[in-house]
Amino acid sequence: MDFDLTDEQSLLKDTAQRWAADTYSSIEHLASARAAPLGFAEAKWAELADLGLLGLPFAEGDGGFGGGPVETLVVMEALGRALAPEPYLASVILGGGAVRLAGSQAQRAAVLPGLIDGTARLAFAHSELQARYDLNDVATTARAVEGGFRLDGRKSVVLNADAAKILVVSARTCGERRDGAGITLFLVPADAAGVSLSAYPTQDGGRAADVIFSDVLVPADAVLGAVGGGLAVVERVVEGAIAALCAEAVGLMEALNTLTVDYLKTRKQFGVSIGSFQALQHKAVDMFVALEQARSMALYAAMMVEAEDADERRVALSAAKVQINRSARFVGQTAVQLHGGIGMTMEYIGAHHFRRLAMIEVMFGDTSFHQRRVTAEGGLISAA
Amino acid sequence: MDLRFTPQEIAFREEVRSFFRDEIPVEIRAKVSEGRKLAREDYVTSQRILNDKGWAVPHWPVEHGGQPWSAVQRYIFMEELMQAAVPLPLQFNCHMVGPVIATFGTKAQKQRFLPRIKSLEDWWCQGFSEPGAGSDLASLKTRAVRDGDHYIIDGQKTWTTLGQYADWMFCLARTDPAAKKQQGISFILIDMKSPGVTVRPIITIDGRHEVNEVFLDSVRVPVENLVGEENKGWDYAKFLLANERTGIARIGMSKERIARIKRLAQVTPAGAGTMWDDMDFRSRLAGVEIELKALEITQMRVVAAQATRDPTKPDPASSILKIKGSELQQATTELLLELAGPQALPAERPDAGHNDAEALFAWADAAAPVYFNHRKVSIYGGSNEIQHNVVAKAILGL
Repeated sequence: MDFDLTDEQSLLKDTAQRWAADTYSSIEHLASARAAPLGFAEAKWAELADLGLLGLPFAEGDGGFGGGPVETLVVMEALGRALAPEPYLASVILGGGAVRLAGSQAQRAAVLPGLIDGTARLAFAHSELQARYDLNDVATTARAVEGGFRLDGRKSVVLNADAAKILVVSARTCGERRDGAGITLFLVPADAAGVSLSAYPTQDGGRAADVIFSDVLVPADAVLGAVGGGLAVVERVVEGAIAALCAEAVGLMEALNTLTVDYLKTRKQFGVSIGSFQALQHKAVDMFVALEQARSMALYAAMMVEAEDADERRVALSAAKVQINRSARFVGQTAVQLHGGIGMTMEYIGAHHFRRLAMIEVMFGDTSFHQRRVTAEGGLISAA
Repeated sequence: MDLRFTPQEIAFREEVRSFFRDEIPVEIRAKVSEGRKLAREDYVTSQRILNDKGWAVPHWPVEHGGQPWSAVQRYIFMEELMQAAVPLPLQFNCHMVGPVIATFGTKAQKQRFLPRIKSLEDWWCQGFSEPGAGSDLASLKTRAVRDGDHYIIDGQKTWTTLGQYADWMFCLARTDPAAKKQQGISFILIDMKSPGVTVRPIITIDGRHEVNEVFLDSVRVPVENLVGEENKGWDYAKFLLANERTGIARIGMSKERIARIKRLAQVTPAGAGTMWDDMDFRSRLAGVEIELKALEITQMRVVAAQATRDPTKPDPASSILKIKGSELQQATTELLLELAGPQALPAERPDAGHNDAEALFAWADAAAPVYFNHRKVSIYGGSNEIQHNVVAKAILGL
């Protein structure tokens, strides 16, 4: 049992934190980055590439740095704390995750160098309007045609699709809409004929798009992983995203707690700092407890995301997401409450942390969804 | 970073686990598991077995019978002890007065008391709280007035847990009435057989006799029973309260109760099946398990940090363990009560033959008392509201 970071991990943490803090030191910096057409500045994405953060989770043989879940946790926490709008989750964790887990040697060689050097981002086009959180629910079809496949269907809320050069797309090569088998992943250029994007800003200051695939022809070597066996990859990719979001949420909550405690110390009413009121002190302590509980479960998620046993992994990630969601809701709401009126305004940075936390709650499974999964598996503690 | 135990730590866990299972009588462990009243002899038997193995006080200094274990080993030991439903070695002896005497006592006090504290030949009780001094402990009024080579002690102590069994009391008494609050208090050891000591039972909301009032009426105590320096008792009391925080969250106990709830739910009739088919019940159970897992890791983080902490200073993070740990203990007792359902009502079992479900619900009459009794865990040891104050001040700087 060891909770210490290695020297290399500590260095990585310092690097990521310093970059994020320097880059997004004020709400004005954040606002100007978000105002760019893609919701972030290309120059900042290039800086992340220069720092080596874009290649972090990829094998050294693929041009990456061979980082594991703890390295991802460290970076996501730093990005979360600063509200960094760069599409790290969409491109490196989700899109990159699919290529890392399922890509052939040739596909990794074709896709990862551009991702790692910052010139070719990815997006993960899996979720559909009707699917909610069910990863097996895929209506988009891929029909075998001469020399490849023809894709037809719609994907919903594809994170940062408008910033991607390549889309990782799931489509059904056989079976019914909710069958587990028959889902296949494809690498599709975002500018392929028949791909149409409707991009929009999201409630947390990011961007996403709904994507229509209409008679999109892809060659046979666009298949990522096994034909019909895509669901297992999708599940692992989403588990990785959940672990990353847990870490991001911890960074967000940590920032909110610091902001709130500082506010309690400086804001004066009735002639004294409001932090002298016990009713507010106890709320702040409950925020702190919720943060520490979330931090523990983000560590748990990082530890379990590469566990071999799929059932064990699934329950652990679901348990982590439940705790993160609960803590996120409490910390976010209480931070706004303790700030009073100013907490209700867009000019206040903490309000943006609150918005992001609320959106994390409903991404990749809400509290009910994940608690149901833990329940169905009989919980975490053996009855024996 | 690695949250897993090392192979050596796993081997240690197996060693303590099988010792508890094989050596501590199963009847005693069943009483703990079911929340039934333990006799004095049950505590003594269990602690003697641990003491013979050298495990009654592993956290003590090695020269007084402690074990040279790491913080992680001590954590594993406590968790396994709780999960095996072994009675905790008497806290007043092993975690309170023992470490104080070992750290601040005279050589004579150490020789006289420590061996009998470990073995439970002497049963100790705590004389801190008073009717007017609860969370505000420093407002205590019990007085010790010097008379030659004795103190004459007058006052009233309350919430004295298991004082009915006690041979000795460690007591906070005011030796300098002129000094301000925290100063002028001394830490004094009182023989419960002394004339002027009266123990009166208090029956708590579970209907049981667990705590007492103790009246001290001109009790003569030799000055050699003063621990450390006169008027420095508050420092020793703070040391005592900070001394052993591992296990304060009682996570092992909550896990043990959850495992038991699961076993009982699978055989408890409900609707066309059992309570295990009730997904609402199971969902709430799962919710508690998730928070408990988070707290378990939080506790491991505190344990890992102990290696580099000053052990005589309280770790404010232990307040988090106390707050959340007590809430989760209470949540498990609520679920147990719900599981018993209407069979929680009988305070005594009906005569054999009058209740077909007798065998099935033999556990259920203890469910309500356990629930009632556990309201205490958010009150004792510094109420949860006091713990909030501690974190607000010590961690958040408010």
